[in-house]
Amino acid sequence: MAKVKVKKQSTFIDMTAMSDVTVLLLTFFMLTSTFISKEPIQVTTPSSVSEIKIPETNLMTILVDEHGKIFLSLDFQQELVMKTLQDVGADYGYTFTPKQYDSFKKLKSFGLPINSMAAFLDLPVDKQDAYLTDVANARVGIPTDSVEVRDGLGVISKDNEFKRWVSHATSNDDALQIAIKADRKTNYPVVKKVIDDLRDMRKNRYLLITNLKTASSE
Amino acid sequence: MAEIQTNDHNEGGKNKQKKQQLRVDFTPMVDMNMLLITFFMFCTTLLKPQTMNINMPTKDKPVVDSGNDVRASGAVTVILAGNDEIYYYLGMPAEDGSSYEDASFLVQSSYAPDGFRQVLLKKNAGTYEQIQDLKVQLQRGEINDSIFRKMSADIQDKAMKELKIAPTVMIKPTDLSTYKNLVDVLDEMLICNIGAYAVIDMSDGDRYLLYKKTGNNAYLTPQQLAQGSSGVKGKKK
Repeated sequence: MAKVKVKKQSTFIDMTAMSDVTVLLLTFFMLTSTFISKEPIQVTTPSSVSEIKIPETNLMTILVDEHGKIFLSLDFQQELVMKTLQDVGADYGYTFTPKQYDSFKKLKSFGLPINSMAAFLDLPVDKQDAYLTDVANARVGIPTDSVEVRDGLGVISKDNEFKRWVSHATSNDDALQIAIKADRKTNYPVVKKVIDDLRDMRKNRYLLITNLKTASSE
Repeated sequence: MAEIQTNDHNEGGKNKQKKQQLRVDFTPMVDMNMLLITFFMFCTTLLKPQTMNINMPTKDKPVVDSGNDVRASGAVTVILAGNDEIYYYLGMPAEDGSSYEDASFLVQSSYAPDGFRQVLLKKNAGTYEQIQDLKVQLQRGEINDSIFRKMSADIQDKAMKELKIAPTVMIKPTDLSTYKNLVDVLDEMLICNIGAYAVIDMSDGDRYLLYKKTGNNAYLTPQQLAQGSSGVKGKKK
């Protein structure tokens, strides 16, 4: 009789302590981490010892990939983001529907010529992602080659589309800071072109986004 | 998920009922937490990216003599070449052009801590130590960030204008260099507490020097290539 009783004891592991640990870990992760923002291109930034943190808002990030494709990410008030699209569209004679503005607002970053913007904004979100990540496509990336721009009065400006975006974004938001996030393998002429374009518009202060250099990587 | 464990044997009858234990099974709770942790680990990043401030000179007006010309004794020119190579020369090329024929004028260095950094530290001696002291004070919490910035700017200013010992570093990236090279060099400026530095374009003379040193004619401009080496020599002044 005694042996039978021993066999009937259930093996019940107390999970309370385990649960405590996991909740603590979870809290730690939730408090310390920030979400990875969705970017169409994978950029490996170079590392530096600089310890200045990037500002959270009022930031325009210029993403430059290895091959020199340029993407913009506008991080400021949404009405101003929409106004920027409106302004740039007006420069090239494009207008957008409210639905397209709504779609633009949801974009984290974008990079395509203004002439394909309307069609792009009509795509569903997953198609938009697929479109932007296809770097081999010549229609991806904000053009930096100069094309004549006509505004309402027929005045011709020699700015390229990238410059139009930057100048409208900065005129809409005075406190806007410009950050350049380029891949470490990007050739210097590509970066130089971006910086030269910005200097043309009297934007002479930039934040270069880098990783914190650790002792091992030095 | 409460599980009430009763004693299996009913021998004692109602008396044993008092020994009932109330235990909550936490296993599903742990499962869920683990899933959440996994989610957070994959979708978030702990490191916030850092930034580095850089100011470029304006294009507005041609740089006129504004009285703060670079002292030749303090000038350090760094040339970022291809293949992660780095070259530097101290001072200015001589007026008579002899520097262009002197093979030891342009010196090759490296991005390693014992490379170009040592050159800068030597040039910036005095200023570097003072700012390093400030950094220690900042870490100990004796001074705050804004005071630190003001004091180090003052030290750099004094070294530049009164003592005239601070170096001015001119960073000249070639077309063959990468963005990483540029950031690495800007990083050295931060490490060595250099106050005055600028990213500027290569001059024809610099191109010629680099060409002489490396033998790679990719550093030359198309015009220089067309004119041949005699044309290069003629242009250097």
